[in-house]
Amino acid sequence: MIKFFLMVNKQGQTRLSKYYEHVEINKRTLLETEVIKSCLSRSNEQCSFIEYKDFKLIYRQYAALFIVVGVNDTENEMAIYEFIHNFVEVLDEYFSRVGQGLNPTSGLYCMRQATELNPQLLPIYTCN
Amino acid sequence: MVVPLLKLQDLIEEIRRAKTQAQEREVIQKECAHIRASFRDGDPLQRHRQLAKLLYVHMLGYPAHFGQMECLKLIASPRFTDKRVGYLGAMLLLDERHDAHLLITNSIKNDLSQGIQPVQGLALCTLSTMGSAEMCRDLATEVEKLLLQPSPYVRKKAIPTAVHMIRKVPELSDIFLPPCAKLLHERHHGILLGTITLIMELCERNPAALRHFRKVVPQLVQILRMLVTTGYSTEHSISGVSDPFLQVQILRLLRILGRNHEESSETMNDLLAQVATNTDTSRNAGNAVLFETVLTIMDIRSAAGLRVLAVNILGRFLLNSDKNIRYVALTSLLRLVQSDHNAVQRHRPTVVECLRETDASLSRRALELSLALVNSSNVRAMTQELQAFLESSPLDLRADCASGILLAAERFAPTKRWHIDTILHVLITAGAHVRDDAVANLTQLIGGAQELHAYSVCRLYSALAEDISQQPLVQVAAWCIGEYGDLLLEGSCEEVEPLQVEEEEVLALLEKVLQSQMSLPATRGYALTALMKLSTRLRGDNNRIRQVVSIYGSCLDVELQQRAVEYNTLFRKYDHMRAAILEKMPLVERGGPQVDEEAKESKEAVQVSKAAAPVPTEPQASKLLDLLDLLDDTPEDAQHPPPLDPSPGGTLVHLLDLPCALPPPAPIPNLKVFEREGVQLNLSFTRPPGSPALLLVTVTTTNSSEGDVTHFICQAAVPKSFQLQLQAPSGNTVPAWGGLPITQLFRILNPNKAPLRLKLRLTYNHLGQSVQEIFEVNNLPVETWQ
Repeated sequence: MIKFFLMVNKQGQTRLSKYYEHVEINKRTLLETEVIKSCLSRSNEQCSFIEYKDFKLIYRQYAALFIVVGVNDTENEMAIYEFIHNFVEVLDEYFSRVGQGLNPTSGLYCMRQATELNPQLLPIYTCN
Repeated sequence: MVVPLLKLQDLIEEIRRAKTQAQEREVIQKECAHIRASFRDGDPLQRHRQLAKLLYVHMLGYPAHFGQMECLKLIASPRFTDKRVGYLGAMLLLDERHDAHLLITNSIKNDLSQGIQPVQGLALCTLSTMGSAEMCRDLATEVEKLLLQPSPYVRKKAIPTAVHMIRKVPELSDIFLPPCAKLLHERHHGILLGTITLIMELCERNPAALRHFRKVVPQLVQILRMLVTTGYSTEHSISGVSDPFLQVQILRLLRILGRNHEESSETMNDLLAQVATNTDTSRNAGNAVLFETVLTIMDIRSAAGLRVLAVNILGRFLLNSDKNIRYVALTSLLRLVQSDHNAVQRHRPTVVECLRETDASLSRRALELSLALVNSSNVRAMTQELQAFLESSPLDLRADCASGILLAAERFAPTKRWHIDTILHVLITAGAHVRDDAVANLTQLIGGAQELHAYSVCRLYSALAEDISQQPLVQVAAWCIGEYGDLLLEGSCEEVEPLQVEEEEVLALLEKVLQSQMSLPATRGYALTALMKLSTRLRGDNNRIRQVVSIYGSCLDVELQQRAVEYNTLFRKYDHMRAAILEKMPLVERGGPQVDEEAKESKEAVQVSKAAAPVPTEPQASKLLDLLDLLDDTPEDAQHPPPLDPSPGGTLVHLLDLPCALPPPAPIPNLKVFEREGVQLNLSFTRPPGSPALLLVTVTTTNSSEGDVTHFICQAAVPKSFQLQLQAPSGNTVPAWGGLPITQLFRILNPNKAPLRLKLRLTYNHLGQSVQEIFEVNNLPVETWQ
């Protein structure tokens, strides 16, 4: 089951975060910093799956943007990897401006809206 | 007051223009003030714009709770633009903790029943994101109606809402069970995907649902087959695989339904084989489907051929250059290794190669799998690889690797010498990371391999001479040098290069260990004892050793000081006993490190502190051993002969006075409790030090008369707070003229430490009479119950 979904830029700032289980606000920032640290320290040849506490982190890099999904261990990692790409492609199709990195303008707001109004993308894959 | 209204775009640009955090905060605060004013008395038509700006501000992390009521108002308005922003705001700003959320239940209900699809869609989205338990209960029937509506847009949104409701309120499962079967007949992929998730959720919460849904397995098989065999469909294909997400979901559901169920598993077998062979694996999507297939094959009751196919697929994954795929392959092989060990063995070389990866997650998995694959035929090769890995591995993996190697060596060592070599190598490479009992295991192993004593001591000496920082290694080496120092000095070992070692060198090395800052107190203890033992093994004089020992007599560490003082005493007052005490240790029983240490301690403590105990003479020793068989029922090892109190008389009664194997408490005197016509009953007491509330009483019945005692039965009673357990007596006949006595053991548990009272009842036949006696035991020594 997907626990959280993060979009983070290379400087470590969280651009989008969605939690599917309740996590305290202060714990969220802590979680995000640690997750970002472990993703940023990986090189290109290393595999995209990291074990972090009792989650598995699956991340994918698009230019300056990292998309990280935290799952528990019943998920098929490669399917989630594919799903991240699917998500980015849908956004790209819809807004044609994903992966802006530093300053997504209205793109960010619309992206958020798209995520909320089309939760088909997310709850369906939060199965189990 | 008319305030110029900023559009959202403009606001965003203004915020971006702010150079510092403080500036940004200023801009936002100003804007929030405008928004608040506008909410109070502003134009209702512009409200959605204001709320949109507020939501943006909220995303940046600023407080926005004052917008909650506005969301409600916007949701209730008839315009679609208002509703859209209102629902979005509700999803972001409201949640279960605020009481306001219940107020939108009514609006949602109205919107759901209105029949305008986009509006229904919005309402369903909101409900599935933030619906609380009460809301779910109220709206469940509405959602169920929408599940069966003709429009796919609404249905595919209604299904995730149903999933959310079941998660929040499991009792609602009954409502959503019947529509599922109908929904499976749909062609629309979105609906299918949702339905399968719904079914999985139902099956997980409710075993009755699981049984119910086993009936749809053929249908699922049909759907999957169609997906796999039909050609390219632009709408759903990702890099050549048609809707991999749906395929993965169906496979997962099949796994849940087929687990532990023969019939369903059989229906799936063909299909799984088909999917496994037909899927295109050049891109990640295909690999994802293949991986899920493998997981399903592993979990259900599949045919043997299918399992082999699964393992082969995983082996193929391992050879792939993509790291992700190798990672998942290693993880799944680890799960498979228990059940399909032989099949996985074939891929051993590839697994070993993965050990050399630089990626931390991969090498950890490879390590676990390699350790699981070690068996008696490949142990030498594998250990070599693992040792190579140990040298280069990162620190956090070293402990696991070291203990893994030691465990494998223990289970599969082909020869003792190889075993000793391996442990030695591990200690040299990663000594700081091994488990604590490795030292004990190694000493026990060396002690048991007599032919290898010379070899081990030579090797350990060279290792120690090189490096005294690895504590476990130093401890073992010190022990060995102490025990087998004479072999070391002879230099007679053929297997290693002949080592010419002088006595002085050995002593110097041990002294270095003693003085080094890096040595732990335990290590120093080992070194001191080793020095002491060398005093008997070496041929030279012992001045140097005596010097060292007396220096440490004033050491600050209590343990060392005690040892040094005792050894000093041994030199000065009991020099005649030194050789006997310090001779080679007998093989310690494999009871774990505790027994080892205590046996050593007790040997030294018992024999040094209990002074002036003569060694027992031969005939007494043999009788003693008989009695030991009869009487020794404590589990400690009874290898070393306990010293006897020299006593005149030599009746059996006094020989019963045996201290126990562990450093003994003061022995409790025996008690004669009964005497009649030559028939005597004696009690002897033992308080095992490990359990202070336990008292072991041995009752011995002897017969010095001319008639036999037959049919002897002894019973006992104790006060209520005690627990008494009588064990079977050794017999019920005592022959005449001091024949073999009967012994019986009582176990008395005295948790309250109350004064012990014991009543005995005897019945037996003697000299033609049947005798019955009941009496209370008086004068029980105080130590029996204190």
